[in-house]
Amino acid sequence: MAFPHRPDAPELPDFSMLKRLARDQLIYLLEQLPGKKDLFIEADLMSPLDRIANVSILKQHEVDKLYKVESKPALSSNEQLCFLVRPRIKNMRYIASLVNADKMAGRTRKYKVIFCPQKFHACEMVLEEEGVYGDVSCDEWAFSLLPLDVDLLSMELPEFFRDYFLEGDQRWINTVAQALHLLSTLYGPFPNCYGIGRCTKMSYELWRRLEEEEDGETKGRRPEIGHIFLLDRDVDFVTALCSQVVYEGLVDDTFRIKCGSVDFGPEVTSSDRSLKVLLNAEDKVFNEIRNEHFSNVFGFLSQKARNLQAQYDRRRGMDIKQMKNFVSQELKGLKQEHRLLSVHIGACESIMKKKTKQDFQELIKTEHALLEGFNIRESTSYIEEHIDRQVSPIESLRLMCLLSITENGLIPKDYRSLKTQYLQSYGPEHLLTFSNLRRAGLLTEQAPGDTLTAVESKVSKLVTDKAAGKITDAFSSLAKRSNFRAISKKLNLIPRVDGEYDLKVPRDMAYVFSGAYVPLSCRIIEQVLERRSWQGLDEVVRLLNCSELAFTDTTKEDKASSECLRLILVVFLGGCTFSEISALRFLGREKGYRFIFLTTAITNSARLMEAMSEVKA
Amino acid sequence: MDCYTANWNPLGDSAFYRKYELYSMDWDLKEELRDCLVAAAPYGGPIALLRNPWRKEKATSIRPVLEIYSASGLPLASLLWKSGPVVSLGWSAEEELLCVQEDGVVLVYGLHGDFRRHFSMGNEVLQNRVLDARIFHTEFGSGLAILTGAHRFTLSANVGDLKLRRMPEVPGLQSAPSCWTTLCQDRVAHILLAVGPDLYLLDHAACSAVTLPGLAPGVSSFLQMAVSFTYRHLALFTDTGYIWMGTSSLKEKLCEFNCNIRAPPKQMVWCSRPRSKERAVVVAWERRLMVVGDAPESIQYKQLTIQVLLDRLVLRRLYPLAIQICEYLRLPEVQGVSRILAHWACYKVQQKDVSDEDVARAINQKLGDTPGVSYSDIAARAYGCGRTELAIKLLEYEPRSGEQVPLLLKMKRSKLALSKAIESGDTDLVFTVLLHLKNELNRGDFFMTLRNQPMALSLYRQFCKHQELETLKDLYNQDDNHQELGSFHIRASYAAEERIEGRVAALQTAADAFYKAKNEFAAKATEDQMRLLRLQRRLEDELGGHFVDLSLHDTVTTLILGGHSKRAEQLARDFRIPDKRLWWLKLTALADLEDWEELEKFSKSKKSPIGYLPFVEICMKQHNKYEAKKYASRVGPEQKVKALLLVGDVAQAADVAIEHRNEAELSLVLSHCTGATDGATADKIQRARAQAQKK
Repeated sequence: MAFPHRPDAPELPDFSMLKRLARDQLIYLLEQLPGKKDLFIEADLMSPLDRIANVSILKQHEVDKLYKVESKPALSSNEQLCFLVRPRIKNMRYIASLVNADKMAGRTRKYKVIFCPQKFHACEMVLEEEGVYGDVSCDEWAFSLLPLDVDLLSMELPEFFRDYFLEGDQRWINTVAQALHLLSTLYGPFPNCYGIGRCTKMSYELWRRLEEEEDGETKGRRPEIGHIFLLDRDVDFVTALCSQVVYEGLVDDTFRIKCGSVDFGPEVTSSDRSLKVLLNAEDKVFNEIRNEHFSNVFGFLSQKARNLQAQYDRRRGMDIKQMKNFVSQELKGLKQEHRLLSVHIGACESIMKKKTKQDFQELIKTEHALLEGFNIRESTSYIEEHIDRQVSPIESLRLMCLLSITENGLIPKDYRSLKTQYLQSYGPEHLLTFSNLRRAGLLTEQAPGDTLTAVESKVSKLVTDKAAGKITDAFSSLAKRSNFRAISKKLNLIPRVDGEYDLKVPRDMAYVFSGAYVPLSCRIIEQVLERRSWQGLDEVVRLLNCSELAFTDTTKEDKASSECLRLILVVFLGGCTFSEISALRFLGREKGYRFIFLTTAITNSARLMEAMSEVKA
Repeated sequence: MDCYTANWNPLGDSAFYRKYELYSMDWDLKEELRDCLVAAAPYGGPIALLRNPWRKEKATSIRPVLEIYSASGLPLASLLWKSGPVVSLGWSAEEELLCVQEDGVVLVYGLHGDFRRHFSMGNEVLQNRVLDARIFHTEFGSGLAILTGAHRFTLSANVGDLKLRRMPEVPGLQSAPSCWTTLCQDRVAHILLAVGPDLYLLDHAACSAVTLPGLAPGVSSFLQMAVSFTYRHLALFTDTGYIWMGTSSLKEKLCEFNCNIRAPPKQMVWCSRPRSKERAVVVAWERRLMVVGDAPESIQYKQLTIQVLLDRLVLRRLYPLAIQICEYLRLPEVQGVSRILAHWACYKVQQKDVSDEDVARAINQKLGDTPGVSYSDIAARAYGCGRTELAIKLLEYEPRSGEQVPLLLKMKRSKLALSKAIESGDTDLVFTVLLHLKNELNRGDFFMTLRNQPMALSLYRQFCKHQELETLKDLYNQDDNHQELGSFHIRASYAAEERIEGRVAALQTAADAFYKAKNEFAAKATEDQMRLLRLQRRLEDELGGHFVDLSLHDTVTTLILGGHSKRAEQLARDFRIPDKRLWWLKLTALADLEDWEELEKFSKSKKSPIGYLPFVEICMKQHNKYEAKKYASRVGPEQKVKALLLVGDVAQAADVAIEHRNEAELSLVLSHCTGATDGATADKIQRARAQAQKK
């Protein structure tokens, strides 16, 4: 239970430095506006900010009142206003309206906009168009890496996924390159780099250029992390679309972990109040169950509860001195553990109530059938019923996408009928959602006789076509064929099981999906690390539509210690799931590696689908 | 016997000086220096002379002549002055000659008399003319201060980055100050001026009266002032023949001296010998030179660094010598050889008689990809000389595409700039170019350019989505992108329009676009939506309540829940709701209403297309076991066990499973056997299993 790390596992670098850097920079920026000021914070930045600088630190630097940036007019009476925002146009319009309202009222104040993590020219442009560019001063808070845990860094940019993979917006690539550059300045160069995906390739190249421009900074530094592996989310949509059954993933699917913490409602706390719990390695109870298949968790927790009781019970035979010792040294720890234990038991009960019902079992069964590619008709009817019953718009959509990707697109009849059913159930506005999903390659239609070669020739014809603007569309609908079945066969993603898969003592990464499926993303990483290159994976790379987009870049690094060569930074552009993290942690334990994760945001199937959904304005 | 000290003269008690000739000037001057405007550059730099500067007559024959000599009097350049009257000459720290005209226009020449550029000191100066001008040097570059005919000062602290500052007025100033100078303290340039017995210090914000510490009494006017090269020391000469020397902060007096000469001196300057701690002021009259010294504890600054020396050589076009020095001193390439080569290249591009190809090739051959050489800087110089084609050729050698963009924009090669910006991967740069293009091109051309650059197009689309919706529509129109146009109008039907007719109209436009895009599915779906929307409106009018924007499913459900079964049936027929959906829908709605009688009637209306297990499930969800059991009996054999388990009849479920001899069903029932009550059932299953295994 709760697999311990191998004794020879390498130490993780200290990422708390990133927090200190971010905090110092923020304080510096606040001090650039001396005197009392009110701080307007964008809602999305509140949780990340809280992890960097709490309210008392802000107060120390003369922040008077805190406001949320929202559509309402501000009631601040302060003479200095500071805005901490993401570089979004709607924020610019909000600020401009506020400044212009002041102007109308003949009021002059100081305004400062701090863009996090960087400003975009388009934002300044909007300020200029609204006639307030001269009234505000702009700054950047280059805070792009939040350590959520000892081995997990998040850029906290959930919009990255939609912006890049749907809208084709490349603005965040620079942010990624800057973040990687920061990591290499702090933790030394990466002797071995691997990557796959278009966004990955662009980010990598930009990062390289940054390093060249500031030549010498990382030169001569000892590398701390031996490998870096970058991959695009669209290389593996399947894994992200699956229901999660490992504890941390399940907690995320059920309660939504936000910026490393979760709000457990009354149904978990069994009181009338909800409780905010930080979920990371410091929570000893959580740390032992986070990577476990859910079926093991409850048993483990009750065993733990019994042990705890036994420790409490030791009091009975104690004399006064022993009792004094117990109270001063152990009791606090026991109480803390007790508290955590009851929280997680509460969470488990709540999850069991929701997820162990027949419905959930059948859902999982359908997912497994889709992954393995049998009983497609039956699964399609299941999805149809799911839609007819209006179970959940997001869930229905997810199943449709899973069917599409595993089957290389839906057959035309199903494509039409499922969409019709969906529109009838959940509203006609989702016509736009379907257009998005098609563009992103998540829900497509099989063209009759569309063999891979036929598609390729079609695409190359389009490329030579002068109407270049249409290529993007052509790519998304045609080239993004998933070829999942073929890839699955090549990489052996569906383990052959004789008898029951032992979830207590997992033997491969498939345990994160009850033994039914090895996450594609993690398998790719495993294979490349084993080969130290993409050699021999040509066919897989071709099937992933990444022939030009997979690379290895190895520099001879004499200073690399054997310990550092077992540390691997995995970068997910477009988000990663807790299941993938758990799977790689497992792989690390098996092979004596340790993985560090950097993601644009933590994601799961619901978040992916929501990013693609169009809701009525 | 020679006396070595014979030519040394005492200066005060402890110091001596001597006068000897270092070298003789090679020049052959016809005029007296006093008839010329003269400016000598610091550090033994060149000397500029303007002959006949004060031409009163308009006769062209006596146009002024500008001559430039080396410090040793070798002629470097000579040219006829064709511009306006010059008030003052001066050299910048970069050895550029600044010629300040009476109208405030400053012409800038190179060491070899090559015209570089010109700038104006502003309208106020133009109107009131230049009375006097000073060029001064600070660590940030060379500045220029102007005194105008209106007795106001205008100042630029760095002529390389021209920012004009008009200094505040001196209260009650009726005539020109008797003397003035610029001071530089705390990185800010000030002006110190004397009016009668008073001294004023001007900074950007205020004019303040100042006094000199320890100034001897009886002064009614200051005749000269001088500030040292480092701006640390200041000397003033008064009408009483008295010299005050002190720090330029005006906080401390260093020494004073009374020379008893009351005539105003022609010139007064600070001087010091290299490596000497002694400082002295030299005062010059028509026929007399006086050296006044003290021994302040100042440190000799090594102002002339090796970099400056190299710059000087480069300016004199002594490139090979400069490179040899760099190599000898083993300077890093970036500071040394590359920099000199870059300078050489900048000189090379000015050779107008050589073709673009040859210049570009020559430069590339010599420079290759030497670190620290910026091809874009060289190209900028070429463009400055009017050689646009050469500039573009040179930019081709610039490895960082982002660096090429600003110059390309300047040269109005915006389309090329766009591809370079895209190459650089810097989206902000791309956006900057886009805005340039948008202003430069007409809309059609702009769109055409975008069309060939998908990355720029998506960037601009993103911007338009938030800020310029109409442009977005035009973009799609331009591309004949009917699919996106359709989506655009659907969005518009939600966002912009309140009235149903307006929304329906927007949807109609969307449907038309979808037809053009050959997306029949979307077109039909949109038409259905229009139909539904109209109908929902009518329902609201006729029945009240809320219908608009519900999904079809929810519309029918709402009708049933409101007791309008007939309307519901009609709607289901009109929109061809499939049977399965309709059964689920009705079942759920009737159970919600707890209309068990109607539900039973419905269940018997025909054979259920979804079977009867859902009836059991939904009744149990409403906690009606009694009703659920009714339907459990009608569930087909395949789902019988599930149904029985749902209604909690474990024993019967076990019997059915045993009868079916189905292992999966047996274990399902077993997993439902809880507690003591089902003990017997569990045993029964185990026995059945054992028996099955025997066979």
